[in-house]
Amino acid sequence: MINFLPKQLFLLDPLAIFFLAVIGLVCIPSAIFSIGYMREEPLKKKVLAWALLMVFVLSMCSVVTAGNLFSFLIFWELMSLASYFLVVFDYKHEKSINAGTIYLIMTHAGTACLMAAFFILYNYAHSFDYMAVRHAVVLLSPQMRNIVFLLLLVGFSTKAGVVPLHIWLPYAHPQAPSHVSSIMSGVMIKIAIYGMIRFFVTLLGPGPAWWGAAILVLGMISCLVGVIYALMDHDLKKLLAYHSVENIGIILLGVGAAMFFASLSIVPVAALSMCAGLYHLVNHALFKGLLFLCSGSVFKATGLRNIEKMGGLIKAMPMTAFFFLIGAMGISALPPLNGFVSEWLTFQAFFLGILQSPGAIKIFMVVSAAVLALTSGLAAACFVKAFGITFLAMPRSKRAQEAREADSSMKAGMALMAAGVVLFGLGAGFAAPLIFNISQSVLGIQATQISFHLVSIIPPAIAAFLLVLGGVIFLWFKFGLRTRQVQYNTWDCGYYALDSRNEYTATAFSKPFRIAFGFFLLPYRKSEKIRDSFYHIRKFTYETHTTLVFKRYFYEPLARMIYGAAFKMRKLQPGSIHLYILYIFITLVTLLALATVF
Amino acid sequence: MMTLNNVIMITGKAVTLALFAPLVSGIIRKIKDTLRMRKGQSIFQPYYNIRKLFSKNEVISGNVSWIFYAAPVIIFVSTACALFMILMAQPGPDMKNGLAVLIAAFFVLGLGRFFLALAGLDAGSSFGGMGSSREMFISSFAEPAAFIAAFVLFMGGGNCFKISGLLAGIAIFMVTIAETSRIPIDNQETHLELTMVHEAMVLEYSGRSLALIELAAHIKQIVFFTLISWYFFSVLTLGCWSWLLFSAEIVFIGLIVALIEISVAKMRLFRVVDFLSFSFFIALVASIAAGLGL
Repeated sequence: MINFLPKQLFLLDPLAIFFLAVIGLVCIPSAIFSIGYMREEPLKKKVLAWALLMVFVLSMCSVVTAGNLFSFLIFWELMSLASYFLVVFDYKHEKSINAGTIYLIMTHAGTACLMAAFFILYNYAHSFDYMAVRHAVVLLSPQMRNIVFLLLLVGFSTKAGVVPLHIWLPYAHPQAPSHVSSIMSGVMIKIAIYGMIRFFVTLLGPGPAWWGAAILVLGMISCLVGVIYALMDHDLKKLLAYHSVENIGIILLGVGAAMFFASLSIVPVAALSMCAGLYHLVNHALFKGLLFLCSGSVFKATGLRNIEKMGGLIKAMPMTAFFFLIGAMGISALPPLNGFVSEWLTFQAFFLGILQSPGAIKIFMVVSAAVLALTSGLAAACFVKAFGITFLAMPRSKRAQEAREADSSMKAGMALMAAGVVLFGLGAGFAAPLIFNISQSVLGIQATQISFHLVSIIPPAIAAFLLVLGGVIFLWFKFGLRTRQVQYNTWDCGYYALDSRNEYTATAFSKPFRIAFGFFLLPYRKSEKIRDSFYHIRKFTYETHTTLVFKRYFYEPLARMIYGAAFKMRKLQPGSIHLYILYIFITLVTLLALATVF
Repeated sequence: MMTLNNVIMITGKAVTLALFAPLVSGIIRKIKDTLRMRKGQSIFQPYYNIRKLFSKNEVISGNVSWIFYAAPVIIFVSTACALFMILMAQPGPDMKNGLAVLIAAFFVLGLGRFFLALAGLDAGSSFGGMGSSREMFISSFAEPAAFIAAFVLFMGGGNCFKISGLLAGIAIFMVTIAETSRIPIDNQETHLELTMVHEAMVLEYSGRSLALIELAAHIKQIVFFTLISWYFFSVLTLGCWSWLLFSAEIVFIGLIVALIEISVAKMRLFRVVDFLSFSFFIALVASIAAGLGL
């Protein structure tokens, strides 16, 4: 008896409302931004873009409010398809089609895992309702529960872009129009985190401790791999996409630690970790959305995505530069902005975990904290590169020289997001307890001993200190000191012809990192000399590349294997009708035989 | 939690430390010169330098944006803020909040570093970019060791009679060498483009902006020296704030720094990774020891 009509269509619990709020926080500014961004497109395309955007946003809202497995899956698929069409929106570019295909394959591989898990659950619960599933979980044997966990983990990780399933992110996110990249990166990949929390914590949980530990380890790997690739990439949007991989890792550090400590029933640490993870989720939605919008504004002004060809944009586009700086400071976890608050909370959660847990777990937490520390250091380095090379010094190309500031609706979209980045930093005293309450209700625990006194004081105190002392120095410089400022050239060692070609490039900036992580990046060079004669080289080209390890050693062999198998399978299909009738006959006999056996 | 009395006391300490910060650099310089059989400058030379810089006109590149003007102020203010916070974070009975403030202080130092690196890129000079790249490279590898050492301090390892305290102290000392641009990581005394890190970033600065940056560097140095002193001498300083002992500790740390500076050669940039990962592993061992209560 198939019970396809579930009793509970929608479920609005604190977790769902939290995610609805996140969707709203990113989608509204992005939609405002898109008015200016899409201005030059023909009317037909504009209408199509808006329609797809609405379907996309509505489907995301429906996924988080769905009350049963069946509608979850339907809306999940709708979300994937709508975003696919938005990725290939620029369908005349071969790159878009390619990116879309990779995205479509990966997302459906993930969805297939989800479906398998859902059918297993249905088999036990005889209903798709969350409530029924919740009650049926006790019937699952531990092995079966682990299988469901692993299937769901692969399914959600594919969507979230967890390493090594992150492969589609750096293709799909840059190719979509920027406001869509902002929503995909800011919100859509978070919907997978919603899925993880919904299924692992509220429906299947609390599971065994290794579930949380596995997610924690995946988070660590994602953090480091994401940020290292981001350092190497000089395509502004691709760089941001890799940072999404990194930040999903940081969110998973919080969520994984929460699951881990919940199953050890160390309640306060679990609640604080979940709070840190969810806080970082909001923050990443805000600053990554903002950064993608800024990159869209830069792309619209210059037509460039390669930061090596930019430079000096801060003079032509002061507002975009300012908003990008806010986003960059947020993502680099610089106080008093929002990224700082959530990473700081994560460190506090780890430390509390160290204080309250026995032996080996302490070391595990220390290593997690070390990974987070390294990641935040590398992220800051990456955003010095991204902001410095894009916006500072002299323009490196004619297009960068001719850039113009974005129009008012784009500025309004960016300003809204930037305000969010600042408010979630300074207003941590309001936001953190709220998110903490949500974490408590998600985990179904009460942890009264956690106080947010310090969290509410420190960010505004730092801001006040910086502003007051900075203001005093500024006034002293302006009115107190009698020294003058003289304008002259940049120091050029007496060369007197310094131009943009003498500037430090992004490739040069990331060189130390390329060497330090050479064991993972496997860098290689290509150089070519074209000679007029033995003594004179007319042209010399030099390229440096890094090897994408996962693509090279996992996905490419896999794709080759699938193609190989497909070519072999082709022999089954020679075009002879007699053979096909034979196939039908064999199938029929086999099925009949099986029907008698079972 | 924080009474007004407390705030005034910390402000007093912070201002005093900031005032004496350049002196520490002067003393280290003097020790080095003495050991090298040179007459050397007066220990007050850093003060003279700063006064001189404040009274000079500034030469500013035509390529720069507002970041270049704002950076010195942000660097100075954030370093001062970190000094305040580190004094607030002194190990005490409230371990969780103490650690939280110390970690926040590290992040505040990161704010200054971020703007210093951006300012290095702003003038469009290769030197500046080189310095920024190297600074971010070194500091990101120093971060894990610093954070774990901070954890150990609040796990009960703030004591040189414990293995954990000793090891974490060594780790934070190595981080300090990297963060205060000392040999063997960086060299404050040279302007050779192959080797300079911090000096390369501030190459375009002059006058009052340079004065602020130099003052910030002195303060950052005393921030880290204070941190080291907690690992090795906390038994002596906790409870009562004895200025004399504390000054002796700082000078002693300065002596060790000076001895290292005159006796080893500067490392190649890429060896810094080995140096800092070594400090990371020491810190990790320290945390294991602290976990075992050693």
